[in-house]
Amino acid sequence: MDLNAPSPADLAARPVVRMQHVTKVFSNGTLALSDMTLEVRAGEFVSLLGPSGCGKSTALRIVAGLGDTTTGSIDWPSSRIRPNGLPEDDIGFVFQEPTLMPWATVFANVWLPLKLKGVSKRDARPRVMEVLDSVGLADFATAYPRELSGGMKMRVSIARALATQPKLLLMDEPFAALDEITRQKLNDDVLWLWRETGITVIFVTHSVFESVYLSNRIVVMKARPGQVFLDMPLEVLTKRDADYRLSDEYAANTRKVSQALQQAIQKGAEA
Amino acid sequence: MTDQTASALGTDEATVIPRARSSGMEKLLRIAIPVSMLVLAVLAWHIIIVVNEIPRYILPTPVDVAKSLYTDWPTLFPALLVTLRITFTALFLAVVGGVTIAIILVQSRWIELALTPYVVILQVTPIIAIAPLLLIYTSASTTLLICAFLVAFFPILSNMVTGLKSVDHNLLNLFELYGTSRWETLINLKLPASMPYFLTGLRIGGGLALIAAVVAEFTAGTAGAGSGLAFRLLESGFRLNIPRLFACLVLLSATGVAMFGLTSFISWFILHRWHESALKREN
Repeated sequence: MDLNAPSPADLAARPVVRMQHVTKVFSNGTLALSDMTLEVRAGEFVSLLGPSGCGKSTALRIVAGLGDTTTGSIDWPSSRIRPNGLPEDDIGFVFQEPTLMPWATVFANVWLPLKLKGVSKRDARPRVMEVLDSVGLADFATAYPRELSGGMKMRVSIARALATQPKLLLMDEPFAALDEITRQKLNDDVLWLWRETGITVIFVTHSVFESVYLSNRIVVMKARPGQVFLDMPLEVLTKRDADYRLSDEYAANTRKVSQALQQAIQKGAEA
Repeated sequence: MTDQTASALGTDEATVIPRARSSGMEKLLRIAIPVSMLVLAVLAWHIIIVVNEIPRYILPTPVDVAKSLYTDWPTLFPALLVTLRITFTALFLAVVGGVTIAIILVQSRWIELALTPYVVILQVTPIIAIAPLLLIYTSASTTLLICAFLVAFFPILSNMVTGLKSVDHNLLNLFELYGTSRWETLINLKLPASMPYFLTGLRIGGGLALIAAVVAEFTAGTAGAGSGLAFRLLESGFRLNIPRLFACLVLLSATGVAMFGLTSFISWFILHRWHESALKREN
C-alpha cells in the first residue's frame, strides 16, 4: 500500500478538476483553446459562457477525456486515477442532443452506463428507477425515445448521466434546442438535482439568463483563441425560483454578465 | 407501449392517448382487395384463352397449370427443394460472410483500403459469368451455391458497412466516455444501430439469391436428381410442355414471394418498435 496516498477526507477537500495551461489545436490548424486554466471545486455549479466558437464545448469535451490536449494538462486532484488518465469516479455527460439509443426503451437507455460496468438488469433496476423518478419519468420506463417529447428525452439523457452517481456532471448546451418554457422547467429540475445530490456541475451555455439563473460561478470565455476572459463568482441572496427571475437581483446579475459577455465578444473580434 | 403515445407539444406534459384501432372492416379489405385482384386476373387469363381458342401448347389455362402442378409434383417437388436449399444456404452464408467482413472492414481505414479493390472487382463483375469457370473446378451444385452466395453477399456487405459507419457520433463519444471496449461497443451500439441498413441489404440479398440461383442454373445446370426448378423449366420448354413450364414458373414465383415475406417479416419484427421505416403514422 502506498503510504503517501491521500486519505479520502484529503481528497474531498481538493478541487475536482484542474485545467492547466491547456491549448488545443485541431488537425485543420484551428486554435480552439489557448492557455486555458480553470479550477473547479467540489459542489460548484460553474457555467462556461461565451460566443459560439469560443471553445467552451471543446474545453468540456477535453475535461471528459473526449480528445487530447495539444499542450497543458488536466488533473483530478480529488480522485484516484485510472490507467487511461481519467478519474475512477465516473463523469456524467449530457450532450446538446438527447443522444438516446432509439432501439432501446427509456429503462435500457438509463441502464446503459451501469450495464457497461457489468451491472445486471436486475441489480440495476432499483438505481435506474430511482434516477428516472428523480427526473419525473418513472412511468415511462418502458417507453421508446420516439414516444417522448424533446424535453422528456433530455430528462432521460440527464437520468442516464446520473445513473452511476458521478461526482462531476458535464452539460454541453443541453437545453439550447428546447422551447423557453420547457427550458425553464428543466433548469429548475437541474437546480433541484444539484441541491439534492451535491454534485459538481460544469454547464456550457450561450445564454446569459440561463447562466445567471443556474450557476454560482460564471466563467466568461472569449473567442480566437478560446480563453477565460472573466471568472466571476455569483452569490445569489434570493432563492432561485420563478420569483428570482423577476427580481431586481436577477436583473442586476444579468446586466453584469451581459456586459462581461459583450466585452469578451469585442475582445474576440479585435483579435 | 404500443397503446401509449406521449404528446410532443411545447409543454412537457405527457398525455396518454389510446391509439385508434383500425376497424375490422379495414382489416378485411386489406386482405380482400389484393386477393380478389389476383382471382380476377386468373379468371381473365382463363376466359381470354377459352374465348379466343388459344391452343394449350402456346398458352395453357390456369386449370392446365394446376393439373400439371398436381401430376408433375413428383418431379417438381424435388426440384423445388433443390432451388430452395441453394437459395437459403446462399443467403445464410451471405449474411454470415457479409456481416463478418463488414465488421472487419470498418475496424481500420487500412484494412478497408487493402480490401476495397477486391470488393469492387467482385461487385462489378457480372458474377454469373464466372459460372462456366467454376464448373471446371467444382460440381454444378456448388457452382450454383457460389454464384447465389456472391450475388446476395454484396448488398448485405455494402449496406452493413454503411450502417456500421453511420452510428451517431455522440453515442460513440458516450461509449468512449464510459471507457467501453471495441467488442462491447460493437454489441451494444454498432450492431443495433446498423440494423435498418442490414435489413435493407437482407431484403435485396434475399431476392437476388433466388434470381442468381435460377440464372446460374440456366448457365451451369445439371440434369438428373440434383437439378433445380430452373433446369426443369428449361427442360419443359425444350419439350414444349408449356403447362409444366408455367408450373415451374408458379413455384419460382411462390418461392420469391415467400422470401420477400420472410425478409419483410424479419425486418418488421426487429424495427417496428423504433425505426421510422416500420412505424405507423397517424398524420
